[in-house]
Amino acid sequence: MGIRFVLLVNKQGQTRLAQYYAEHLTLDERRALEGEIVRKCLARNDQQCSFVEHRNYKIVYRRYASLFFLVGVDNDENELAILEFIHLFVETMDRHFGNVCELDIMFHLEKAHFMLEEMVMNGCIVETSKSNILAPIQLMDKAS
Amino acid sequence: MSSQGGWGQSKDFLDLVKSIGEARSKAEEDRIILRELEALRRRIAEPDVPRRRMKEYITRLVYAEMLGHDASFGYIHAVKMTHDNALPLKRTGYLAVTLFLSEDHDLIILIVNTIQKDLRSDNYLVVCAALTAVCKLITEDTIPAVLPLVVDLLAHRKEAVRKKAVMALHRFYQRSPASVTHLLPNFRKTLCDNDPGVMGATLCPLFDLITADANSYKDLLVSFVRILKQVAERNLPKTYDYHQMPAPFILIKLLKILALLGSGDKQASEHIYNVLGDIIRKCEPSSNIYNAVLYECICCISSIYPNAKLLEAAAEATSKFLKSDSHNLKYMGIDTLGRLIKISPDIAEEHQLAVIDCLEDPDDTLKRKTFELLYKMTKSTNVEVIVDHTIDYMININDNHYKTEIASRCVELAEQFAPTNQWFIQTMNKVFEHGGDLVNVRVAHNLMRLIAQGFSEDEEGADSQLRSSAVDSYICILGDPKLPSLFLQVICWVLGEYGTVDGKYSASYIMGKLCDVTEAHLCDDTVKAYAISAIMKICAFEIAAGRKVEILPECQSLIHELSASHSTDLQQRAYELQALLCLDCRTVESVMPLDASCEVLEVDKNLSFLNDFIQESIEKGSSPYIPESERPGMSSVSNFRRQNEASSHMLRFEAYGLPKPSPAHLIPQVSVSTSTSNLVPVTEASYYRESSQASKVPSVTDASSADLGTKLRLDGVQRKWGWPTYSSSGQSSTSSTNGVSHVDGVSAQSRDTLYDSRRQQSEVSAEKQKLAASLFGASSGKTVKRATSTHRATKGNTGNAERMAVSTAINPETSTEKAAPPPDLLDLSDDAAPTSTPTADPFQHLQVLIGATPVDNTVKAVGLESPNLMAFYTDIPSGSRKTTSTIHSAVPSIKKAPLQNDETARRVCVNPTGNNPNLFRDLLG
Repeated sequence: MGIRFVLLVNKQGQTRLAQYYAEHLTLDERRALEGEIVRKCLARNDQQCSFVEHRNYKIVYRRYASLFFLVGVDNDENELAILEFIHLFVETMDRHFGNVCELDIMFHLEKAHFMLEEMVMNGCIVETSKSNILAPIQLMDKAS
Repeated sequence: MSSQGGWGQSKDFLDLVKSIGEARSKAEEDRIILRELEALRRRIAEPDVPRRRMKEYITRLVYAEMLGHDASFGYIHAVKMTHDNALPLKRTGYLAVTLFLSEDHDLIILIVNTIQKDLRSDNYLVVCAALTAVCKLITEDTIPAVLPLVVDLLAHRKEAVRKKAVMALHRFYQRSPASVTHLLPNFRKTLCDNDPGVMGATLCPLFDLITADANSYKDLLVSFVRILKQVAERNLPKTYDYHQMPAPFILIKLLKILALLGSGDKQASEHIYNVLGDIIRKCEPSSNIYNAVLYECICCISSIYPNAKLLEAAAEATSKFLKSDSHNLKYMGIDTLGRLIKISPDIAEEHQLAVIDCLEDPDDTLKRKTFELLYKMTKSTNVEVIVDHTIDYMININDNHYKTEIASRCVELAEQFAPTNQWFIQTMNKVFEHGGDLVNVRVAHNLMRLIAQGFSEDEEGADSQLRSSAVDSYICILGDPKLPSLFLQVICWVLGEYGTVDGKYSASYIMGKLCDVTEAHLCDDTVKAYAISAIMKICAFEIAAGRKVEILPECQSLIHELSASHSTDLQQRAYELQALLCLDCRTVESVMPLDASCEVLEVDKNLSFLNDFIQESIEKGSSPYIPESERPGMSSVSNFRRQNEASSHMLRFEAYGLPKPSPAHLIPQVSVSTSTSNLVPVTEASYYRESSQASKVPSVTDASSADLGTKLRLDGVQRKWGWPTYSSSGQSSTSSTNGVSHVDGVSAQSRDTLYDSRRQQSEVSAEKQKLAASLFGASSGKTVKRATSTHRATKGNTGNAERMAVSTAINPETSTEKAAPPPDLLDLSDDAAPTSTPTADPFQHLQVLIGATPVDNTVKAVGLESPNLMAFYTDIPSGSRKTTSTIHSAVPSIKKAPLQNDETARRVCVNPTGNNPNLFRDLLG
């Protein structure tokens, strides 16, 4: 279990996508956790590390325009690689939506989830080839 | 593709998304969602909702849940949607279900059937969707329902299916390793799959398996190295490239696996050296992903059997990281430095300035990481500076979780490397003052024990010196109104035991102080208990010494108040004190002996003092005692009890056996008399249940169950803290006078001591080894003088010097060392040459760094706006405070604590650190 959760949050702190891998949290637990983490990350500036230690794990985050991508990882995870994983996720969405923005993800929440499902399973990065990630989603679009 | 709408989304949905997007506050967002949920609740239940429309409803439910609102009324519709034949609907259904339902939700059982059907589907995309759901929803109980299907899919013609089947098996392994042990060889097969995606996915389960047991997979090392070579030589499809780097994520996973396989194995490591060297050579630090791979290489190098050339390359890369302008790379550099230091301690030497810079950095993440490094490189020569710095840092931490960790780290270092007793006491005072109640209870008990026992290598004089210096410093500190309860308990205990020992303070002075404590902490019963016990001890010592005890009026009123307290514990203590005051000098001396907290109490478990009595009784015709285990009837009686218990809870599926003609009438005899020699062993336990003689049995079972009960409690429960007597003290607070409870408590304690010490032994040896390895061999007492040393460093150093001046007076042994300038934080260099003096102020340097930050690689232009979030989430509590358990019964029991050697005394504080599997529970509970 490397990745514990993936969170997309805009700069107002509103959640735009949330996927947990470690264990199922209740609504209240999620609300509290997200609030705590988001507050911590949004308080940081661009010069500071893209990593924040939180409890006994780390959060690797990256900002794209108004959107923050936050990934919670175990302590022995390679932070730089996770940072690049975030970018790969963004690049993949970019290829699919073309110039992806916050609204794309909001309107096609399930598609963003599908992409993430292809990339991460059981908290591990399983697929990093963009064409492999997008193939099932494109096939599905064609079918419908 | 247009992003706004399209694809047949209804206007309702577009409006919803727009309004959420435009919501200005959390309250507004909540209003929108609540309105939405109300509408959905109505519409989703309408008959004949078009399927496509239903998909949209489900997505809206996902939104509601994501934003923190309960949408459980719609779960069933999401479940229904997984039955749909159209793939997009089915997949959305599965997605919603995985997001909504916890593993133990009742609806899961409804989905298992659908999953089974979908796993057999001809459409491979349907199979993929089902496998994704399998990973999320299948629990230990339902694994058997899908396991054969998943195994079949490992040989599916489509690589996407094979990949997901591998991950599903991985999930089963995570959930319940036992359920798939026979299938583990399959991973070896899929590792050789033609498709790189399947191979890459297989690395995930293999990594877990190798982490658990590296030795069983040593044979795969050659395969991993070969794959690594192929990846590095760009033999994988171009689509896996990321920023011109060939399949970096697979590369990193492979390096992690190799690090495990090569750890401490010279032969295995030799296979790895070549390919590692190749990869490092190809890594140009031009992009982040290269650095990520490089970092993983360094981790691997520091994990496998050391190789000089690779270590050199790793050191070079580390210094590149540390010198970088990017904070991220500095962070990685500090991390790799911490790893390399274990192998070659002198590597830190050239980076001391970079480390200091990171320590002074305003970025908290970087600072924390650096403190972790310092912790790793602490040794007796630099412990004072490091601990001082760490405590300074601790004061300003708000995060309770981290503060606790830092506090226990300080304590650990102080116990391990303390140069003098005074320093140790003062450091502990600081930790308690600033750490407050976050400090582990164990630390407090440890401190009491250390003060009681002293450091074993010191002779008695030094011990008493330690005690009186502790008393001195506590008397000084006691005026502080904000002392944490835990620390007050320690203070009260120490004052009670040693307050009057050296004659510096009069008994009434100490008692006055103790009364003040209770007045200042009216609602803290634990502290009160400690204080009243301390007063009792002081009175006892006075009486024993033949002096007259004058009870101060405030003390009298305290006793009066406590004897009417709601707490029976406090009441008892008050009455005990009153009773003690009436006793004569000799009785008091034996009841409360002076400085007896470390005395070993030997327990005669065989009760040999009763031998004469037994002999006499046997001669008079009593039957001899036979241990329970040797009594033939007893085992079946307890069997019967167990069976009886079991049968009351569950159905019995097997038919009842015929009663065997065993001598049931003898059972009562077993229970009443102890003579069993003529008994026929009874084997068929179920018989008793039907026997009409059972009426006698309950008395036996009761006794034995009570017996079992106490036994269970003592064996199974391990002590919370290292010092074993504490938990047994509750029942024997008057232990010194009450022989019975005495024996009871101590026998339990001795058993636990054994258990505890064994556990600590194994825990600590690893910890010590790690620390020993991280210490440098550099000579002590020399410093690298920094012309532009920062405020903190100077402050630390001068404080240090002062303290040393104090300590030299007392401890002439260390004075030679202290005569030299105080050791700098990074006392690493062999020559104190001023060549390493930096020319620039580190702060200035830092500003330069901040000025020249690279532009982030963003998809869109970054609109810089200060986030105004704090107000947004203010209503959320910032983690519950840790409550400390009460330990008020601990005081008297310390009296009978056996003396353990100093080694274990210090060890107990070493905290077992490790990942908490129940992360979120811990975090939010």
